Amino acid sequence: METIRTAEGLEEYRESLVARREPDKPRVSVCCGTGCRVYGSMKVIDAFRKELGSRGLDQEMGVVSTGCHGFCEKGPVVVLKPSGVFYQRVGVEDVPEIVAETMVNGAVIDRLTYTDPATDKKIVYERDVPFYQKQKRLVLDLNGDIDPTNIEDYIVFNGYAALSKALLQMKPEEVIEEVVHSGLRGRGGAGFPAGVKWRLCREAKGDVKYIICNADEGDPGAYMDRSIMEGNPHRVLEGMIIGAWAIGAHQGYVYIRNEYPLAVENLRIAIEQAEEYGFLGHNILGSGFDFSIQIRPGSGAFVCGEETALMASIEDRIGEPRPRPPYPAVSGLWGKPTNINNVETWANVPLIIDRGAEWYSVIGTDKSKGTKIFSVVGNINNTGLVEVPMGATLWEIIYDIGGGIPGGKECKAVQLGGPSGGCIPSAHFDVPIDYESLQELGSMMGSGGMVVCDENTCMVEFARFFMDFVQQESCGKCVPCRLGTRAMLEVLTRITQGEGREGDIEYLLELGGQIKESSLCGLGQTAPNPVLSTIRYFRDEYEAHILDRCCPSHACKPLIQYSIDVEKCTGCGRCLRKCPAEAISGAKKEPHVIDREKCIKCGTCLELCKFDAVVVE
Amino acid sequence: MKSQPRYDVSEIGELLWNGEDGDRSLMAVLEEIQARYRYLPEDALILVSERLGVPLSQTYSVATFYNAFSLEPKGRHVVNVCMGTACNVRGSRKVLERIRDKLGIQPGQTTEDGEFTLETVNCLGACALGPIVVVDGTYSGQMNGSKADALIREVMSESEGS
Repeated sequence: METIRTAEGLEEYRESLVARREPDKPRVSVCCGTGCRVYGSMKVIDAFRKELGSRGLDQEMGVVSTGCHGFCEKGPVVVLKPSGVFYQRVGVEDVPEIVAETMVNGAVIDRLTYTDPATDKKIVYERDVPFYQKQKRLVLDLNGDIDPTNIEDYIVFNGYAALSKALLQMKPEEVIEEVVHSGLRGRGGAGFPAGVKWRLCREAKGDVKYIICNADEGDPGAYMDRSIMEGNPHRVLEGMIIGAWAIGAHQGYVYIRNEYPLAVENLRIAIEQAEEYGFLGHNILGSGFDFSIQIRPGSGAFVCGEETALMASIEDRIGEPRPRPPYPAVSGLWGKPTNINNVETWANVPLIIDRGAEWYSVIGTDKSKGTKIFSVVGNINNTGLVEVPMGATLWEIIYDIGGGIPGGKECKAVQLGGPSGGCIPSAHFDVPIDYESLQELGSMMGSGGMVVCDENTCMVEFARFFMDFVQQESCGKCVPCRLGTRAMLEVLTRITQGEGREGDIEYLLELGGQIKESSLCGLGQTAPNPVLSTIRYFRDEYEAHILDRCCPSHACKPLIQYSIDVEKCTGCGRCLRKCPAEAISGAKKEPHVIDREKCIKCGTCLELCKFDAVVVE
Repeated sequence: MKSQPRYDVSEIGELLWNGEDGDRSLMAVLEEIQARYRYLPEDALILVSERLGVPLSQTYSVATFYNAFSLEPKGRHVVNVCMGTACNVRGSRKVLERIRDKLGIQPGQTTEDGEFTLETVNCLGACALGPIVVVDGTYSGQMNGSKADALIREVMSESEGS
């Protein structure tokens, strides 16, 4: 491949690729994101290649290995193109039938289609699946269509056109104004206007400047950044190169979690290809602008998602944050002006430059523009990635797109913003989501992890879980975070063990307030949020633990007992054989009994019983 | 039987240089050593410090700050239980307790025979499949206590058979 040196060169190349494409050629798109791979999608894709090969169809039909489609609940997910027939939970054994029936004969295989749990209706086409239908996919739009390891796929879909426009038709200041005007705010948590941050960095004094892509997606339950990098890494790179041009940086870094090996790999391939085509390196697209990008893998420290800790880590030091100001825009990496945005923010940039700020700023609410990707996880029917315009309601996300709660249970709350965020009870599910409304509710946008809790989730235990997390991940540099979170954790642990005392709630509120005020970085300043928000909305659960010594959700081990309902027990002996504590006794076909002295409350009997005879109270 | 990779000081030198780009960064070198030997041997830390001109105290602080590094050799099999929020609300605590009892070690520890190391991770981003357990890089999803028990038993019997 010869490097592309002009805007015309890129357009000509794109046209030649488009002309070579056969949009009507039957092909199968198999999701090979991390989720679907766990379900076995790599075996499915191999099976498709073999099947087409052995039938001599490998020339006239194609197989595309794509990144995450987002509907992780139903993996491995397969879409037949161009018809759009959608199959879910596809196994290797289904492949010959799909090739013979659907790809060759055009018939639909009923058993592999998706059934909408709300209506019990079979849905044949991907475009009709409610999970996708109600989303607005701007950033994730290409994930089901392109092979992330093939730059040509991205170029066909107008890839790097925004870069060409920015570098060859716009001044850096104009690019910045466009991003300011679009209203794009950082998708990593705090929601600072991206264009304003860029401008600060451009105006900062210094010849050497850096840009960083924060891909240290550490919030548990959030994986949209991983899926963007796995599924469409070139869009992230394109956003970064445009940002570098606007700011005047010649070196960029992607700081990425080591727990995401596939994202690292796809990004590495994308950087090599972008260099080969002339989108990275010297004299990009003939503009005279030089820029290169390096990948820096993280080493498993949550605090490194904080920008000053992240920069310390790139500098080969331990990931301890430092006080701000000075902000990175003035003094960042190695003391030079540095601009940091997260993956999703960078991925929005090419869209804004390509289609214009006017177009972008119409989407969303008054103060929050564009779309936001949420990873909807936990006790929800349709686990997956959901991209909606800012201003959508939680109700729409959980019920219309997420398909509601499994087992017909009640939704108690959703937790947004990970360990820094807070929970929102179902009474507020009709509030339009944007940065401000979530903050008013005591939660935050965060990176977009949305954990759905059903009626069996104990909110006190949930708060304890987050405090335990933060306590472990606290870097230990400042006292309020290091010791304050430990004190809070001790109290929460006592409460969940049935040893709560009167005054504990007030103590948690007071200490939480102090930690927020006096911690050094975002980790400590937000650490008490999960506790404060659960006290705000679920104080009755705290009181039940402390005053009545009971866990209303039947989740806290020391406060619950297992027993067997004699009416329902058939005496099948399944639980008796598997009980690791040998606490269950009873004759065959007679109701069994649990010895409470021996019972370790591991829940094995509850998992195994087919007759719902195990009772927790 | 797959033997414990042996630590060879002469190999460390190769890891330090990244061709014409010159020396690798400290973290990148430590990551390579960790990946190759599954821990950071003391001699290697000293050598790396000398060659990169980084004070040993700084190398040590980096080696002990990040979760990915270990100063103790890890077991032949590494069992990693995801304790992320999504896995947590789906019952990962019970899964962890079951594996902990089965192996008789706490997270972060290695069994005396050097066979198993038990670890936890704060989210692998495969939340649809939670709770997740990863054994030697292979993911198993939708776990519960009994499935986890069976999974560990399987690894144990393979280990004995090989």
